[in-house]
Amino acid sequence: MQNDCVVEMMNISKNFGGVKALQDVMLKVKKGEIHALIGENGAGKSTLMKILAGAYQKDKGQIIIDGQEVKITSPKSAMDLGVSVIYQEFMLAPDLTVAENIFIDNLVNHGMFLNWKDLRARAKEQLSKLGFGDIDPDVKVGTLSVARQQIVEICKCLARKSKVIVFDEPTAVLTFSEIKKLFSIIRQLKEDGVSIIYISHRLEELFELSDNITVLKDGKYIDTVPTASITKEELVAKMVGRQIMQLFPERQAKIGDEILRVEHLHVGDMVTDVSFSVRSGEVVGFSGLVGAGRTEAMRAIFGADKKDSGKILYFGKEVNFKSPKQAIKNGFGFLPEDRKAQGLLLEQSIRVNATLASMRKIKKFDIIGHKKEKDYVKQLLSSISTKYGSIEDNANSLSGGNQQKIALAKWLAADCKCIVFDEPTRGVDVGAKTEIYKIINRLAEEGVGIIMISSEMTEIIGMCDRAIVMRQGVVTGEINKSELSENNLIKLAMGV
Amino acid sequence: MSNEPIRNLNNGMSDINSTKKFSFTKLLIDNNTYIILLILIIVSSLLSSTFLTPINIRNIALQQAGPVLVAIGMLFVILTGGIDLSVGSLMAVGASVSSLLIKDLGMNFILAILIAMVVGLIFGLFTGILVSYGNFQGFVASLATMTIASGVAFVLTNGTPVILPAGTLDNIVDKKFFFPIIIIAALLIILFTLIQRYTGWGRIVIAIGSNPTAVQLAGIQTKRYIMSTYAVSGLLAALAGVFIAARSATGSATIGTGQELDAIAACVIGGASLAGGKGFVIKAVAGALILGLIGNIMNLMAVPSYPQDIIKGFIIIAAVFLQIFTSKSEKAV
Repeated sequence: MQNDCVVEMMNISKNFGGVKALQDVMLKVKKGEIHALIGENGAGKSTLMKILAGAYQKDKGQIIIDGQEVKITSPKSAMDLGVSVIYQEFMLAPDLTVAENIFIDNLVNHGMFLNWKDLRARAKEQLSKLGFGDIDPDVKVGTLSVARQQIVEICKCLARKSKVIVFDEPTAVLTFSEIKKLFSIIRQLKEDGVSIIYISHRLEELFELSDNITVLKDGKYIDTVPTASITKEELVAKMVGRQIMQLFPERQAKIGDEILRVEHLHVGDMVTDVSFSVRSGEVVGFSGLVGAGRTEAMRAIFGADKKDSGKILYFGKEVNFKSPKQAIKNGFGFLPEDRKAQGLLLEQSIRVNATLASMRKIKKFDIIGHKKEKDYVKQLLSSISTKYGSIEDNANSLSGGNQQKIALAKWLAADCKCIVFDEPTRGVDVGAKTEIYKIINRLAEEGVGIIMISSEMTEIIGMCDRAIVMRQGVVTGEINKSELSENNLIKLAMGV
Repeated sequence: MSNEPIRNLNNGMSDINSTKKFSFTKLLIDNNTYIILLILIIVSSLLSSTFLTPINIRNIALQQAGPVLVAIGMLFVILTGGIDLSVGSLMAVGASVSSLLIKDLGMNFILAILIAMVVGLIFGLFTGILVSYGNFQGFVASLATMTIASGVAFVLTNGTPVILPAGTLDNIVDKKFFFPIIIIAALLIILFTLIQRYTGWGRIVIAIGSNPTAVQLAGIQTKRYIMSTYAVSGLLAALAGVFIAARSATGSATIGTGQELDAIAACVIGGASLAGGKGFVIKAVAGALILGLIGNIMNLMAVPSYPQDIIKGFIIIAAVFLQIFTSKSEKAV
């Protein structure tokens, strides 16, 4: 075996509770190469990178850096080994200056005190190397544009003398010209001998940038191929690796009357002039890149955020939900995208979670009927085949898929007529995905109007009667089921 | 690590039997607050022969009736993830208001108690509004209320203790009437235990502490609930102040000094998490009793009061250590 590898991750396995996030995954990155890592959401890319970065500990396997087996026990130890990660959410301190951020872990070069002059000079030097000498080292990072904050992140990695830099979806937040600039920086880093691990959903970028591609699927290693030797179609086949139709169960819903019509909705600078409608029994997909304003639009309709202007017709009547309470009273539900932060009470029982949005059903004069509640929850959960020990167990004792089902159950219990599902299968394994789709189908068959926000295009194609695509706060198009394809979605989502 | 197999069983989420299986470790963990209390009682009775005498037990009950109520009020605030520093000052307000109404206006003592409670409730509501609608942090809002309330108590009493005439507040600590404050405290403990377990309010308060965003998105107006916990805390604190004034037949603006910290400590010893979402009324009561007993036994042993505080501090640390230790193993089991 040639030993020009900077990083070798061998047979890496990692479990979260009962979920196998990674099984015997392998990744080999050579010195000075750009190595793309791809796979669908939930394929294990982020988990693998977090293990490399020391944010998670592997259960099994070896990590070899520069030919030496290493133990990465913390982010600090990863950095000391020359591994840096630039996450989608930057790890910058917005109220500190550019210079302070770049040298945050190495502020004092000599002696006990901070030498501001030296710090500034070093920052300036680092920025100039990347062709950004015009960024003032004394300015607070929070005042910079996102693209420039990213430059500061890259400088931070270089200041640590990183040998390997992981970019996690770096272009998701950038404009077209900023992306071009980022690519030239990444190529320059490569010239300087830095190895890059590049994670992106945008296939075009991988083909433009990378030398080799490693494909992961459902936590397993699929293949590593030289980019030049593979076509886009072959790559997608490796990524998906299964018949899409198997994953998505049949639905026999009658599409009926219009339930919701939204006209000219404006919310801050995130949502501009959005109009759409949903009919009973219909599943309407909202596709687009992260940050396209889909969630913001739905939250405003649901009453969780304030809308600036726009008309919402609900069952033909103009409504203006001032709070989630009002929306839910009117049968309008919303499953938030991040179940840990917004959806579930992880430290509370399954029972409490399941009835949180429908407590009025189980209480009289604010006294909860415990027997009634227990029977109700058990029946509810068995109807959506949720696996659990006891309904008194905490929600966090469940796997991701079952947690998501509890979050769904909350809305099933609330008797909604229209529900927004925001990324309903994020972080859920394939088997549970199909079951969640079944629940969504059942709701549609019962005549519920469904809005499904999803960043997975396969899911939009497999599940939706119609898809609306948003880009930078604007609806860029609407595609009917017969014309739904990744190609059409991508075009509208990226504005090409 | 003798319970390794049990741990594996519970990782398989669908294991139904394990939750019904009797586990001694789990029993210890679930009841650790009571076990601390029990150990303390046993140790105290060994240390002092007077500890288990009826007179001493009655003294403890009379003494702790107030602090126990304050701990209950504090618990509900803590459950939402907040904190109420004003309870000590509100005890002083409750004591001062009721004493002055009785002494200066000759008011019926029951009416005076009720008015004092309403005043406490209003102060609590004030804090709650600052927290819920003014977006103050609980710590800051209640710090302000604490200062204001303390000032109010001193202004009302002019800084001098109000000596109560016989036949007024002393009625509620009278043996003839079977020590009403013990009965009131016991009834309130039962009431709030039931409220926590059986009402939507009790459940939502805990839910808010676990994840306010999720609760709000489930269509619940969290602000009202958060506000109400401060109101309950204020009301109970004022009543506790009355209890203490009744025992010494004196209302004073210095009653309740430092009690907010004891109440917080009681909740924590009772297993409540200051991050919210975790805690039980009965355990907070047990926590308050633990603190009370520590004071009592040291008095019986004639430990001077300053060293008492040092010892008490270390006992709090020990109790919390035990909580951390057992809640860690709870996750593992």
